[in-house]
Amino acid sequence: MKYLGYITAHLWRHKRRTFLTVSSIAIALFLFCTLRTVMTSFDAALRASADTRLVVRHAASLVFPLPFSYRDRLAQIDGVTGVSYGNWFGGIYQDPKNNFAQFAVDVPTFVKLFPEVEMPPDQVSAWLAERTSCVVGATLAAKYGWKLGDAIPIQGTIYPGEYRFTVRGIYKGKTADVDENTLFFHWDYLNEAMPAVRKDWVGIYWLEIPNGDMAADVSGRVDALYANSSQPTKTETEKAFQASFISMMGNVSLLMTILGSAILFAILLVTINTMMMAARERTTEIAVLKTIGFSDDLVLRLVGAEAILVSVTGGILGCVAAWLIFQRVDFTAGGMFPNFTVMPQTVGLGIVLAIAMGLVSGLVPALQAGRLRIATALRKVA
Amino acid sequence: MTPTESAAPAEALIRLRDVHKIYHRDKIEIPVLTGLSMDVKGGEFLALMGPSGSGKSTLLNLIAGIDTPSRGDVWVAGASLGALKPGKLAAWRARNVGFIFQLYNLIPVLTAYQNVELPLLLTRLNGAERKKRVHLALELVGLQDRDHHFPHQLSGGQEQRVAIARAIVGDPTLLVADEPTGDLDAKNAEEILTLLQRLNREMGKTIVMVTHDPHAAERAHATLHLEKGVLIEQQGAVR
Repeated sequence: MKYLGYITAHLWRHKRRTFLTVSSIAIALFLFCTLRTVMTSFDAALRASADTRLVVRHAASLVFPLPFSYRDRLAQIDGVTGVSYGNWFGGIYQDPKNNFAQFAVDVPTFVKLFPEVEMPPDQVSAWLAERTSCVVGATLAAKYGWKLGDAIPIQGTIYPGEYRFTVRGIYKGKTADVDENTLFFHWDYLNEAMPAVRKDWVGIYWLEIPNGDMAADVSGRVDALYANSSQPTKTETEKAFQASFISMMGNVSLLMTILGSAILFAILLVTINTMMMAARERTTEIAVLKTIGFSDDLVLRLVGAEAILVSVTGGILGCVAAWLIFQRVDFTAGGMFPNFTVMPQTVGLGIVLAIAMGLVSGLVPALQAGRLRIATALRKVA
Repeated sequence: MTPTESAAPAEALIRLRDVHKIYHRDKIEIPVLTGLSMDVKGGEFLALMGPSGSGKSTLLNLIAGIDTPSRGDVWVAGASLGALKPGKLAAWRARNVGFIFQLYNLIPVLTAYQNVELPLLLTRLNGAERKKRVHLALELVGLQDRDHHFPHQLSGGQEQRVAIARAIVGDPTLLVADEPTGDLDAKNAEEILTLLQRLNREMGKTIVMVTHDPHAAERAHATLHLEKGVLIEQQGAVR
């Protein structure tokens, strides 16, 4: 600690350079945390998926709906203990920038099949009782200042027209992984508003099964049943469905990894160059320190500590900024990342990376400083 | 006392025997010191003179333990410097040598206080003890009221006095000065020489000073003249 004053004094020597170096590391680590959070928010969606729920959709694409008539037949399939269904609504609230997910669901079966969506019983009853009612996630309600009884007008895009919903419930997730940024309303309300040609079509069915081990068998039975129909199905576990939904965006994981690594590597090179420049400028001073009696090892550690201090300062700033910003700014990217929260593990990993960047960037100048021969260095200056 | 230290002669603080120093530039050998031998007693104030390239600074560096001879032995303050490993040699320098440079070489981002404190950071002294010693050293050089000034806020003479305070704060046995007045005006040079004389007389510091200035050399007890790496003339009490 007694050398801290010496180390920090050097950082103030070129305030602008230090500021720029710290800032570039902070930005790199901010981007790292952001990209990492994209991955963890996908993981959260997967974690929130139940093993005992299957998703049935059109075999060709999610874009194509399935007939409502499938509901009763699905309920009769061996191993299926419950059926619910819903449609992605994709409406706009006031402004196209106000992106959040809306689902039309069969409320009586939905509340049974999705116990992780928690609400007080009176709110559940109120939702069940009123066809134009809706429930919203606590995060979403907080964002728009909605409370029970508020009327929410949503402009349909896939389903044209204006739909008005009354908030009868505000749900919370049973675990942190459950998305609290969605609005659920009655499928009947949507279906009745449709012209005859669009009535009685369902986006996806959810099937409840007693345990996850039965998933393959039940899925096989469902898909076999509709294999030769005009609307064949694809049935998979909710987790597999979420994963395939994510994979529609391509190999996101690889893309994020490449982007993150490239950013960190570029900044690392800049930092190495800065640290080498800073150490080279101080050749005489390092020689003077050694003349005074500072050992090679101590000089090496002092120069290395300086690099680590710069890097860790930048890392902490970048990671904490990401944590604070995404906590306050409700970033969902149009509902794609309903749980976009920078996890403590991500912040921790970012700071570990910052330390590693400090070690790497300080290594060469520290070794050069440690190996510097006093007489040679002083002679160059004299 | 280590076996190396026990080998050192008792009566001389500095003893050099058949010391050679050769620099290499590409494949060319440049001999700087050739077979130099000398003794300096403790408490001496010795001036080293000679033309540029005669080996004065090299000799000073060997005595201060910041360079090693190509051949020969250097004993200073009881230690055979050639036998010490770099880490031990650094610790030895911290304990035994105070170095005064021509261009002061203060750390520009540190205050006078922090510059003087640097050698004490290598000791086990706590903050309060270090503070006491730093103030004492600054008082000794007459700069107790400049402790929070940065080098660029001081005159050349004041900077050199801070450098002297830094050299003496650890209470070393030996002070080596490489043209300490070379960058100063006559008035400041006189003050610095007077200060060095005081340190020699009143505190018993052994001083080896390289200088081009005969007036500066007059302040020393003895003067050694070097030419082309050979001791050619001795004046005064040095054997």
